[in-house]
Amino acid sequence: MELLSIDQERVTAEWIDGVSRSLQGRISKAEVDRELRELYGALVDGLRAGDEDARGDGFSEVRALLTELSRNRARQGFTPSETAISVLALKQALEPALRNGSAEDTTAYLRLARILDDLALLTIEAYTRTREQIISSQASQLMELSTPVVKLWDGVIAVPLVGTLDSARTQVVMEKLLQALVDTGSEQAIIDITGVPAVDTQVAQHLLKTVVAARLMGAECTISGIRPQIAQTIVALGIEFGDIVTKASLADALQHALRRSGVDLVTRQDGGR
Amino acid sequence: MTERVPVLRIGDILLVSIQVDLEDQTVLDLQEDLADQIVARSARGVVIDITAVEIVDSFVGRMLATIASISRLLDAETVVVGMRPAVAITLVELGLSLGGVRTALDLEKGLALLRRSATGAELT
Repeated sequence: MELLSIDQERVTAEWIDGVSRSLQGRISKAEVDRELRELYGALVDGLRAGDEDARGDGFSEVRALLTELSRNRARQGFTPSETAISVLALKQALEPALRNGSAEDTTAYLRLARILDDLALLTIEAYTRTREQIISSQASQLMELSTPVVKLWDGVIAVPLVGTLDSARTQVVMEKLLQALVDTGSEQAIIDITGVPAVDTQVAQHLLKTVVAARLMGAECTISGIRPQIAQTIVALGIEFGDIVTKASLADALQHALRRSGVDLVTRQDGGR
Repeated sequence: MTERVPVLRIGDILLVSIQVDLEDQTVLDLQEDLADQIVARSARGVVIDITAVEIVDSFVGRMLATIASISRLLDAETVVVGMRPAVAITLVELGLSLGGVRTALDLEKGLALLRRSATGAELT
């Protein structure tokens, strides 16, 4: 506590210097200055309250500031070390004060160092939590984005699948498709896998499940958009699609679905004139 | 004694609309009633409406398959109509694909399906 207040100006300046150097100018020095000065003030207050534990009440202000700081760093795409250095650089800044200090100073420094280490851990924790929040929110956005069910014709609906299929996504696709079957009263469904980059046994399993579920509800399901390489992979893996109708393109699948629902497509004799 | 599921007759088609929670005994009674009725009324088709069924287990799933097999033996065709998405997903997850059971989205489409297959049979 003494240690922090003796040479306050110099220590803060050095700290700010150290931090902004490690951030390589990706945050303006003025901003770092403001953040760290606030933090410094809170830290001194906490120490003055006589708390020894970084998770104690005296440091709640410090913790709030640090959480905010690491949250911002995580959003701006900094690495965990760049975030933690904001705390740890203070230790370096304090070192010069030790050189001509007494044994008492050293003990105080060690105590402070322990608190700072704890705070650095807190920073990392907050950083990770924020990153996880970002990831999970992105995942759910992706889930919503990637599964539209479109109506192609009266009684014919299609799901264009884009991206890799996993169990969670198949579940969403399946639910949406089946609900759409009920809502629109469609008897024909087309699953288009043009946008699926790879098909392995698991993806095939998921597709089969969806088709069987649609059948149980009384609808016919066609799989379309099987690219040449995918057809080769499917055969090489020995996946059996059984009696499920598969078509190369969505157009073929639509034609098949229309024929099954009793619609005939006729090209006019005069060539459309 | 548990509640029995009524078996209704429309022309030469029997309609079973399941409105109650299915207990094992109800299911067994239904199988028995249905077999009797098909013979007694020389029915040609059976429509099982499960629109109101929200929860199924493997026993109910097997019941549907069993009824279909029994009816086929007695020369009647079974159509299961109105299955809810959640029920369909559950059955698939249970590994029951109900092979041999015909399905339709709703009662109207189910009846149309039976009518179609009847005329088809006459033509051939």
